[in-house]
Amino acid sequence: MTLLQTHNLSAFYGDFQALFEINVTVDEGETVAIIGANGAGKTTFLRAVAGALETAPDMVMFEGRSIGHHTAHEIVRLGIAMAPEGRRLFPSLSVEENLLLGGYSKRPGPWNLKRVYDLFPRLRELRHLPATDLSGGQQQMTTVGRALMSNPRLLLCDELSLGLAPVVIRDIYDCLGKITAEGTTVVLVEQDINRALDASVRFYCFQEGRLALTAPTKGFDRAAIGAAYFGI
Amino acid sequence: MQMDRVERGTLASRVFAAVAVILLAALVAMPWWGDSGQMRLVAEMAYYLALAQLWNLLAGYAGLVSVGQQAYVGLGGYALFYLTDALDVNAYAALLLAGPFAGLLSIPVSIAVFRLRGAYFAVGTWVVSEVFALVASLIPVLGGGSGLSLTPDIMRDIAPDRAGRDMALYLMSIAIAVIVFAIVYLLLRSKHGLALTAIRDSEPASASLGVNTFRTKFIIYIVTAACTGLVGGLIFLQKLRISPDAGFSINDWTVVVIFMVVIGGIGTLEGPFIGMLIFIVLRELLADYGAYYLILMGAIAIVVMLKAPSGVWGWISHRFNIELFPVGRRLALAPTEESSKP
Amino acid sequence: MEWVNTFIQGSLLGGIYALFAIGLSLSFGIMRLVNIAHGDLIVLSAYVAMVVGQGTGLDPISCLVIVVPVMFALGYALQRGLLNQTLTGGLLPPLLVTFGISIIIQNGLLEGFGAYTRRLQQGAIETASLQFPGGISIGVYPLLVFGVALLALGSLQLLFYRTGLGRAFRAVSDDADTAELMGVDNRKLYAVALGIAMIFTAIAGVLFAIRTNFDPAAGPIRLILAFEAVIIGGLGSMWGTLIGGMVLGISQAVGAALSPTWQILAGHIAFLIILIVRPSGLFPRTRD
Repeated sequence: MTLLQTHNLSAFYGDFQALFEINVTVDEGETVAIIGANGAGKTTFLRAVAGALETAPDMVMFEGRSIGHHTAHEIVRLGIAMAPEGRRLFPSLSVEENLLLGGYSKRPGPWNLKRVYDLFPRLRELRHLPATDLSGGQQQMTTVGRALMSNPRLLLCDELSLGLAPVVIRDIYDCLGKITAEGTTVVLVEQDINRALDASVRFYCFQEGRLALTAPTKGFDRAAIGAAYFGI
Repeated sequence: MQMDRVERGTLASRVFAAVAVILLAALVAMPWWGDSGQMRLVAEMAYYLALAQLWNLLAGYAGLVSVGQQAYVGLGGYALFYLTDALDVNAYAALLLAGPFAGLLSIPVSIAVFRLRGAYFAVGTWVVSEVFALVASLIPVLGGGSGLSLTPDIMRDIAPDRAGRDMALYLMSIAIAVIVFAIVYLLLRSKHGLALTAIRDSEPASASLGVNTFRTKFIIYIVTAACTGLVGGLIFLQKLRISPDAGFSINDWTVVVIFMVVIGGIGTLEGPFIGMLIFIVLRELLADYGAYYLILMGAIAIVVMLKAPSGVWGWISHRFNIELFPVGRRLALAPTEESSKP
Repeated sequence: MEWVNTFIQGSLLGGIYALFAIGLSLSFGIMRLVNIAHGDLIVLSAYVAMVVGQGTGLDPISCLVIVVPVMFALGYALQRGLLNQTLTGGLLPPLLVTFGISIIIQNGLLEGFGAYTRRLQQGAIETASLQFPGGISIGVYPLLVFGVALLALGSLQLLFYRTGLGRAFRAVSDDADTAELMGVDNRKLYAVALGIAMIFTAIAGVLFAIRTNFDPAAGPIRLILAFEAVIIGGLGSMWGTLIGGMVLGISQAVGAALSPTWQILAGHIAFLIILIVRPSGLFPRTRD
């Protein structure tokens, strides 16, 4: 069934239009990738879905209901969680406190502190340290764990691989595989096209705020993406 | 062939300038057609207008929200009284020195308070004013807690008789209001004003373009302090006596001024005029209701800040798209042969 | 020995100053809002206690049982109804709106209660003192107030570091945007924060009004004292505020020992010196 659907989603920063009538559909259990160059509007799209950006009510539909008018914290309660770009961990909080904060909305579900530590065992050892003391990869795991703590039906991942070494990125995506195996729907934004396409069943390519291309990833010719990506 | 020009004026502003000149002439002629009560009221409006323009320059344009400008009102007043009383300086000369005195003292003050930002800067300026008030109350030669009065000798410096004095003080008020407004207007039209607008829009961006943000703000702070001191000297010359409470009163010189600027329209030159008029009208209407008019002003200021942050003038200017005191610059392109180009 | 007493007296003054400062620190730390009406809210609490005392016959400290919930509710309503709307407009709206509230409170109290100076009567404890060998004398009441300050700071420490609510406060203070993305209702949290700030403001108001005369215009100086304690101690440090309050109190006590009229001025001068020499305070901690 369709979990998330956007209808002609347009978004503005003041007078500047960042998104132009984006139509994206995500079915339950799928992993969908959003790719595009810097400034293409990928993060803006995730923020609009997550409620951090004002949109018209019907522009974003989740589980068949309009959510475009809801605030970000209400949307977490409805079942959408975000691992934001740049991690955005709370420096005053320890790793464990960051995770606990993720569970603030107290949504019922399979994820809790113990299960997050099972998924990311390294975090259990580091849990009392200030979150920003950790390495990039560990911080990224904390960010994903924090999002999982709200037991989302839909997980939005913004640039998981940003600034990380390839070996670390591989670990993170392995964990992502375990998360999706539980049935969580994932929308991931990625600059690393290969990673994005390997992890997803469908992809959308954004270019300067517009949808340039969408297709199933299986068997799709990577070279053909270049034209859409760069708007040539 | 005509060149591209940078234009300053608009039709509305030119019409208004003509009207303003007529109005000013009428005010200057008031000693001949008005009574002393009316003149005193207009003089009060004049010095409140000056204070409002200055606070607006500081807070609305330079972004320095000071809740301590009453310090310079008091400093100007005390400078005037000390110079005339203890040092036998002529009253007019003392008035001219009051401004620079306040401006000079604002330099060490700025060293302390510029370390603070935002609302902390505001409270810091308040503390400084309290310090001046306390120091004034502890210095015997300044009259201590009860202050000083102007002697008849000093008053005769201004003019030999009562009517002459009333006229002189009245005309000085108008003159000082005009001068202060001119200083503010010219400053904003100058490159400093352009720098201020840039700083107001984005301090980091303007700094990266080479605008010396610290120096610009520093200059504005000193100039505003000096002008406020001049107005302070004038105010207490008219009141005939000064005390720490009156000289450094936040209620009289800052609360009222802030309300005028906020309600009239902060960050606009026209705003203080409107705010001052609204304040005077409200005060006269509610004169019998004690502190209620201040409560009302407080409530109005809150509503304005939340619902119409650019104030009454901001609303008018936006709605009707007019600017009476143009400070911006517009490029008037020279007509070209390709006038059919879209 | 007089100097030892002066030192002790000044240090204990730090207690009431720290209590003044807590409300201010909380709203700045969590909402980045400097509440210009803070001092007037302290004075308002004293008047509320006075009215409650007159109505119930209770002594001021017992009146806190009613005053604290009333002020909590007022803080919650103020933030939720009014101040939350000022948070997005930049520097001017919060400052000018709280300034407006300050003027309204001062003049409202003036109209309601008149300009008379008042004091709350707690009884013998106000003047009792403990005597120690060597001529050292410590006032019981200042010691009590200092103890309350310690309790207040300790309880805030517990709140911030051992509870879910405190965790949310710290997260919002770090990054309000991301906190909202994690499910925190910022607007409600800010209202709770001001409510909690008002609990301590109410306590401070009643305790100070027992020892010091107050009138409707007594607010601004309280704001300034709170502000000085926070700046001297260093922004963002709760226990630093206590030290800041003590430094302020000691400066004032030294000034007063030289000449009674110098008390407040001595505190201002100490504040300005610290501001010029060490602007981030004695124990700075905030990231901005």
